[in-house]
Amino acid sequence: MNIKVMGPGCPKCAEAEKIVKTVIAETGIDAVVEKVSDFQEIAKHGVFSTPAVVIDGKIKCVGKVPSKKEVEGWLK
Amino acid sequence: MENIQKDIGSLIEQPACCSGGKKESKGKPRSTSTQIILGLLGIGVWYTVYYQLEPLSRYLTYDLIGLGKDSHLGASIQFFLYDTPKVMMLLTLVVYGVGIIRSFFTPERTRKFLAGKRESTGNVMAALLGIVTPFCSCSAVPLFLGFVTAGVPLGVTFSFLISAPMVNEIALVLLYGLLGWKVAALYLVTGLLVAIVAGWVIGRLGMERHMEDWVQELRANADVMPDENLTWSDRLKHGLDAVKDIVGKVWIYVVAGIAVGAGIHGFVPENFMASIMGKGAWWSVPAAVVVGIPMYSNAAGIVPVIHALLEKGAALGTVLAFMMSVIALSLPEMVILRKVLKPRLIGTFIGVVGCGILLVGYLFNIII
Repeated sequence: MNIKVMGPGCPKCAEAEKIVKTVIAETGIDAVVEKVSDFQEIAKHGVFSTPAVVIDGKIKCVGKVPSKKEVEGWLK
Repeated sequence: MENIQKDIGSLIEQPACCSGGKKESKGKPRSTSTQIILGLLGIGVWYTVYYQLEPLSRYLTYDLIGLGKDSHLGASIQFFLYDTPKVMMLLTLVVYGVGIIRSFFTPERTRKFLAGKRESTGNVMAALLGIVTPFCSCSAVPLFLGFVTAGVPLGVTFSFLISAPMVNEIALVLLYGLLGWKVAALYLVTGLLVAIVAGWVIGRLGMERHMEDWVQELRANADVMPDENLTWSDRLKHGLDAVKDIVGKVWIYVVAGIAVGAGIHGFVPENFMASIMGKGAWWSVPAAVVVGIPMYSNAAGIVPVIHALLEKGAALGTVLAFMMSVIALSLPEMVILRKVLKPRLIGTFIGVVGCGILLVGYLFNIII
């Protein structure tokens, strides 16, 4: 599973990345987390409000820090 | 302004996205009528407490602590004890209300809405939507790209980008709480005008080719997010989340700002600022704009300071120009925007918005 956390580097983006990593560590799911901070790359995915989480190319959430529960739901 | 990203939005209700999303299942389910009764009760309590703050602050300062009514320290402390809870209470109420309103306006919807608009109307709509759409300055660039690729005209996009951080509920609440509704209304109207006119002018200049080349090649990947269906209790929860998020973040600025303001209120002599920032000093308006550009603060920090400046004889136009410049033209935002805009467009942006702010400053110094 490939997970991209997108954001230019504001505190919220860092928080979103942390939550995703925590959930992965807790559930032991095999996934690669990638932090994307390049605007061009972010825009190519059609994301225009950050932080955003993209899993295997599918946008899961934009413009907010997801809760742990939400992330768990996406990973199942 | 470090706004508000608490986006709202939740995907929480999307079945595919979230297993724990059924909020009703956890916690006690409350019916809509219970929520309405609780809400009315809350407003009643809020109202009662709010109108006791002034006498209470006097009682605390002059009777309980026993400071003299004419002393500098007494004046400062009473000012602080009254203004801090007053502003915090106003802020909480308004942020809650706006949080609920915001759940109707996601950036996605704003973009879709603006994509079909022609210039002039579009500029007005964009500036107005800037007030209610959640916006965080670190989201400025992705948002810019999203707007432009969706076919929102460049000038309309700029109207939104100018209005979103500058005209927002926190600035307005603080202005209302500390300086009265007239100043808040003036700020609202002139802020919107600057955003509308500056955006329109930038659109007229036809500067599309001064976006970075890769931006011009981008094509919209439209409608990636499905619209969520929110129930009223979701929206109320968004209001609460907004309060936690925003009030939790800005209270320290408010308290610090009011403390500085209180010190100036008690100790700096009347008319101290009149010679530097008064009406007589014509050069003070451009100076205020220029000084404001490298400064970066959000509304929460700047308004209490402005309050103190005004009280000591600074002219309203000069002070408003300073505030708009600090919030709307910030160096960090320019650095971020440079990634998508060529220097000429950034220069134009600063120039056009700066001129607008300058006009606002002179206008108020003349008519008031």
